[in-house]
Amino acid sequence: MLVTKTAQAGSTANSDVLITVSPSETPGIHLQLKSKDVVLKLFGEQIEKVIMDKAKELGADNVTIKAEDKGALDYTIRARLQAALERASN
Amino acid sequence: MKNAAGVELPEFIKGYGEVKPFAGAFAGYGQVRKVAVRLDSVQPGKTKLLESIDEAIEKVNLRDGMTISFPSHLRNGDYVINQVMEVIAAKGIRDLHLAATHIFPIHEPLVDYIKRGVVTGLSASYISPGAVAKAIMKGYLKNPAVLRSHGGRPRAIEGGELHIDVAFIGAPTADAYGNINGVQGKAACGTLSYGIADAEYADKVVVITDNLVPYPACPIEISQDYVDYVVTVDSIGDPSGIVSGTLSVTKDPVGLRIASLAAQFIDEAGYIKDGMSFQSGAGGTSLAVTAEVRKRMKEKKVVGSFAAGGVTGYIVDMMNEGLFRSVFDVQCFDLKAIASYRDNPKHQGMSGSLYGNPNTKGALVNNLDIMILGATEIDTDFNVNVITGSDGIIMGGSGGHNDTAAGSKLAIIVTNLIKGRLPVVKSKVTTVATPGETVDVLVTERGIAINPRRSDLIEKLKDSALPLVPIETLREMAERLTGVPKPIPFSDEIVAVVEYRDGSVIDVVKKPLD
Amino acid sequence: MQKNARSMYFVSGNEPKMLQNAPVFDPDSIVIDLARRVPATEKDSARILVKEALRFLDYSNVEVIVRINPLSSEYGLKDVKTIAPVKPYAFMIPKARAEDIQALANLLSEIEKAQGFEEESIKLIPMIDNIVGLESVHSTINASSRVTAAFLNAEDLAADYGSKRTKEGDEILYARSKVSMACRAAGIEVIDTPYMDINDSEGLEMDTEKANLLGFTGKAAIDGRQVETINIVFDASLKQAAFPQTYI
Repeated sequence: MLVTKTAQAGSTANSDVLITVSPSETPGIHLQLKSKDVVLKLFGEQIEKVIMDKAKELGADNVTIKAEDKGALDYTIRARLQAALERASN
Repeated sequence: MKNAAGVELPEFIKGYGEVKPFAGAFAGYGQVRKVAVRLDSVQPGKTKLLESIDEAIEKVNLRDGMTISFPSHLRNGDYVINQVMEVIAAKGIRDLHLAATHIFPIHEPLVDYIKRGVVTGLSASYISPGAVAKAIMKGYLKNPAVLRSHGGRPRAIEGGELHIDVAFIGAPTADAYGNINGVQGKAACGTLSYGIADAEYADKVVVITDNLVPYPACPIEISQDYVDYVVTVDSIGDPSGIVSGTLSVTKDPVGLRIASLAAQFIDEAGYIKDGMSFQSGAGGTSLAVTAEVRKRMKEKKVVGSFAAGGVTGYIVDMMNEGLFRSVFDVQCFDLKAIASYRDNPKHQGMSGSLYGNPNTKGALVNNLDIMILGATEIDTDFNVNVITGSDGIIMGGSGGHNDTAAGSKLAIIVTNLIKGRLPVVKSKVTTVATPGETVDVLVTERGIAINPRRSDLIEKLKDSALPLVPIETLREMAERLTGVPKPIPFSDEIVAVVEYRDGSVIDVVKKPLD
Repeated sequence: MQKNARSMYFVSGNEPKMLQNAPVFDPDSIVIDLARRVPATEKDSARILVKEALRFLDYSNVEVIVRINPLSSEYGLKDVKTIAPVKPYAFMIPKARAEDIQALANLLSEIEKAQGFEEESIKLIPMIDNIVGLESVHSTINASSRVTAAFLNAEDLAADYGSKRTKEGDEILYARSKVSMACRAAGIEVIDTPYMDINDSEGLEMDTEKANLLGFTGKAAIDGRQVETINIVFDASLKQAAFPQTYI
């Protein structure tokens, strides 16, 4: 999956996440995760893993992923990431 | 050592003292003593009205190391603490213990006094999320903060554990000889319940008012025989921060679902009946439970004995339509409650001690049948946290939570199973405020768990169509959605001590490692 | 349907909070909407969200129906192809014609085979939402044995014949009668149009009773709070139904 442009999916409504993906100069997956402090403390690592796993599964590379989390559960994070990547790659 | 809530505690905490470990919710009952009060009697002809806060501080001879108290119903509208502390700080007095009832965001100036060592100790029943809570978490206070319930605070005052040198009591209305009430004036807040123990037991009592009326300030709530001095200021508080215009029942369908399940549970458990007594919080979901209970009381044509608590207009309406014979009020939440308290003799005020102090000949909570409570977290032993967030940061306090849970016959926790991504039902709460042995039922949108200690309730509802499940199942449901939270690493530094209502230590708050 | 669907609760397929909370209200079925409740720019994202939700969330106590976009649109077929592999209970088809139902039935057979699902495990629920659909309801519901229920969408239908909806619903009496009798004759369930004022629970109760008397077996809910009322009305009617038979 080749990310050719910047694209977003999701929203900043409660229980959702707004994911922005854009092409990156450098190889790899560059993740910036924003959420409430308490969520980052308790679930930050888990959320990062969910995003990295899904991005790898979809074959994303050379990509910057920004996730603005509003308490989304794992399935929502996966879905919004996939939608953003698909939008950014065609 | 481990206390009866399973919490590991040191035997001695620097800046607090010997730790009396929590030994069970009812272990503290028995013969107790109240302390004698030292006071300076006032002979005829002497005036109490002073020119300024500064003069009052001179007159009461406030010195380094003393304990000053600020009982307050003014919530986030309170100007008293900030005004008095500004004067005290300017006079160079240091090392004070500030015995508040409530700390709100408006009290942010305290942070500076804490950092400068003007305030080195702090106790309260409720500390809202904000700058002061953060300062406590950072360990800026020299001594750990002490959190006490609404019943535990007057108990500590009356028993001498919390000796107050000077009480500063904000009065919406006062006369020049120290009689005060809370139902008149632009900062009217209704009852003055929390300040009664302070007035009775402090060495010196200073009334601060913005509405000085000709003698006497009837209807008198705290009377002249307890008051040393009276000071007038321009304003003791911002009415918009003191009372809410209208508190309304939640519109959130999930909250309403929880409320509907809770009310059905109460009904099936046989508690909707003549003579019933009821209390609930003023949160949206708790209020929705009240609305559902109201519906069922009407359907069954039930007349209750009393409703209690922090009182809203909604509860007043229920009394006025004949669903309760009376109301007991420790804090008025809105203008309708204030007006009712002022005008209706069936709307009875009560002191914090009468409300929840276990070291009395029977607090009002002992007469409560049904109590509806919230939770930040609840664990599979039914222990409840209303003190810290799941990240261990102070964001509340017991208020009357553990008093009412202990006293009431049916203490029901109503909460969403998960809040955003955070599970509310966990294996272990971050901080224990209310012990599980006093909590009877947990109602969530996805299921209801009865405390196994209540075998009578389990038996009574064994054929119920309600979604009754073990609390362990609710924890699994929550963690299946959110994942298992990562444990928060804490340092060994204790920043706050959580007392149970009887004065034993039920938990401590430690500084998180960053 | 496997169980009698008294209540059919509609939620947006693009709102995680609603997807998570839908089962909480104890509806017999939920309709996850990819059509009307999702704007055109979010169709792709919602489709993926619903697929992930069906994998992740516990819907074991409800029948999950996915309302797809019209097959005439660019989205309808994609909706089916994306969601069918995670095995919803049924698809709800707007503006359904008999030939659409047959075509979808064939497509689902292929997907079921590829996924190793039992044949006809995914059902179809035509939505009766325009004049032509109403008048051809008989052929539509009999177009495939996958059709286990029909849903009357009176809002769209009334708009199609230029009528204004009222709380009393006199303007849809014919449509209700026609759809319900056609479905009852075919031995399938029939779900009534939702009551649009979510704050009027008395009105909802009366409207549900009316639908029940006209032969509907269930009713749509557009807010979680409506579910309980609908369930209660249909439960009460089941109890009553047993009684008069002794006098026949």
